[in-house]
Amino acid sequence: MAAVLIGLALVAPFILYPVFVMEALCFALFACAFNLLIGYVGLLSFGHAAFFGSAAYVTAHTVKVWGLPPELGILAGAAVAALLGTVVGWLAIRRQGIYFAMITLALAQMVYFVALQAHFTGGEDGIQAVPRGKLLGVVDLSDTLAMYYFVLAVFLIGFAVIVRTVHSPFGQIIKAIRENEPRAVSLGYDADRYKLLAFILSAGLSGLAGSLKSLVFQLASLTDVQWTMSGEVVLMTLVGGLGTVLGPVVGAFFLTAMQHYLAQLGSWVTVVQGIIFVFCVLVFRRGIVGVIASYFTARRKPPGISPAATERPAEARTAAAPGAS
Amino acid sequence: MTPPSFTAPANRAPPRNEPKMLDWILLTVPPAPAMFAQLLVGLINGAFYAMLSLGLAVIFGLLNIINFAHGAQYMLGAFCAWFLLNALGLGYWPALILAPIIVGAAGIAIERLLLRHIYGLDHLYGLLLTFGLALIIEGVFRQQFGSSGLPYAIPPELQGGRNLGFMFLPNYRAWVIVASIAVCLATWFTIERTRLGAYLRAATENPVLVQAFGINVPRMITLTYGAGVALAALAGVMAAPIYQVSPLMGSNIIITVFAVVVIGGMGSILGAIVSGFALGLVEGLTKVFYPEASSTVIFVVMALVLLIKPAGFFGRAR
Repeated sequence: MAAVLIGLALVAPFILYPVFVMEALCFALFACAFNLLIGYVGLLSFGHAAFFGSAAYVTAHTVKVWGLPPELGILAGAAVAALLGTVVGWLAIRRQGIYFAMITLALAQMVYFVALQAHFTGGEDGIQAVPRGKLLGVVDLSDTLAMYYFVLAVFLIGFAVIVRTVHSPFGQIIKAIRENEPRAVSLGYDADRYKLLAFILSAGLSGLAGSLKSLVFQLASLTDVQWTMSGEVVLMTLVGGLGTVLGPVVGAFFLTAMQHYLAQLGSWVTVVQGIIFVFCVLVFRRGIVGVIASYFTARRKPPGISPAATERPAEARTAAAPGAS
Repeated sequence: MTPPSFTAPANRAPPRNEPKMLDWILLTVPPAPAMFAQLLVGLINGAFYAMLSLGLAVIFGLLNIINFAHGAQYMLGAFCAWFLLNALGLGYWPALILAPIIVGAAGIAIERLLLRHIYGLDHLYGLLLTFGLALIIEGVFRQQFGSSGLPYAIPPELQGGRNLGFMFLPNYRAWVIVASIAVCLATWFTIERTRLGAYLRAATENPVLVQAFGINVPRMITLTYGAGVALAALAGVMAAPIYQVSPLMGSNIIITVFAVVVIGGMGSILGAIVSGFALGLVEGLTKVFYPEASSTVIFVVMALVLLIKPAGFFGRAR
């Protein structure tokens, strides 16, 4: 299946509008990074726009003003996002559940105000006309196809890192913390340390997505750091399926496509997003991939923030039985 | 001597959006009146923080839901007052009573139709659901009214102001401070000192046991949500003449109120009130001494509190 998907991604720019696919891939990476926290550690961060946006600003600034090559600009963006994630995560993991969400939201709002007032961010205008430059001094990224395959490569690397993390011993421990934190602690794991590491990784990868996005659109703006962006990434992950590997990718493509189709409707897009939120929370908590997966195998982990036992209906288990045997 | 900006407060946008106005005040008036003026602005902001975080705390206590739509409902209160005035010709005083009732009734409908279905789930789903509601409400109003504000006049009884010697105090602002303190104390009294409040606190601790004593807990939950929403709408009506009536007024304030809630903790009603006013004052003082930081100071305080006292000043560890 992976080969089919990668094959599709390779021919996608010849079938679809390449900039659309690039945008969707950036958001897919962002959503996957976010899902690492919500889906596998069970932490709902409502401030991930801070990492996405600050990395976009740093990349745009270093590439445009300092003249760094794109690969270094992106690394700088991701590094700053990871650093910011260290601070935010270190503060936020002191509280749990609902407070964690509010703290991350508030700290992200602080980053927003800094971006609004700082000089290098260009205030309301943002940083425009960011040059894409030459990758490693060889490949000219102003060519759309070259940019596309670069974005795809970075996405696949980021995605591979996430999948590897989830299936590593580290991933097993963070899932154990999600299921029962006191028990993980009693087994001798320093839960806070694992949470912080996962948070930093998630922030850094979100930053990677933001940096890419600023090169694709040659723009870093306040939209990238605003709380609405944090909400969007939550929605993408929720629509696709919390705690599923492919869910955030599907959700990102779904919502990016929706925004393209509804772009002329103005603020109605927000209304539609709100309706999808309400719909997903009320009747579609497993998300697209979660629902599909439950038809084929019920071995998938239940959505991260749901009380797992009550959420997993009996039908999923019986449906899985033939496949399991 | 009096800062001229305060003689016509009706058309002032929220101060955080107007650094220019702020700089202008700081440049044109002597420091002491400027400081009192900023303290007054801080006190006004604090009044709204207090009323909103109070509503959040009341709702969270019984429903275990962080009501993200609280800001949108505050905005609905202001718009409701505006509609009552422009469509029905009903002025400020009727609006002060009618808007909370109307918006509170809408809140009750939301609780009955939507929130009811997610009580068994993780608390975070409540946050996500109400976030979706906030997007819907705000999107509809932004589509209809754009992002700019609509003016709402100060009621004639409260126009003008008085000179206190050291500063000029507009009557409407004095009224907002007095009224909000009264509302906060009345809420505190209802919850901490009446029989109804005792039921409420008991149901917060153990809903099953309270229901076993023959008290209709689901209805109490519905009414509590309605009351919390009505409180937000009341704050919205009171805010309408000070800030403009704008679709964005809710999301501008709600994140700050979240920070206030993290600082104060949601364990106590009095805590929500005190931290609301205190942080408004802190914000006002920052505007005097270091205006650039005034939009971020509350978040910095939140970070410091998390370092020193993670549960918040009045909170119970959760």
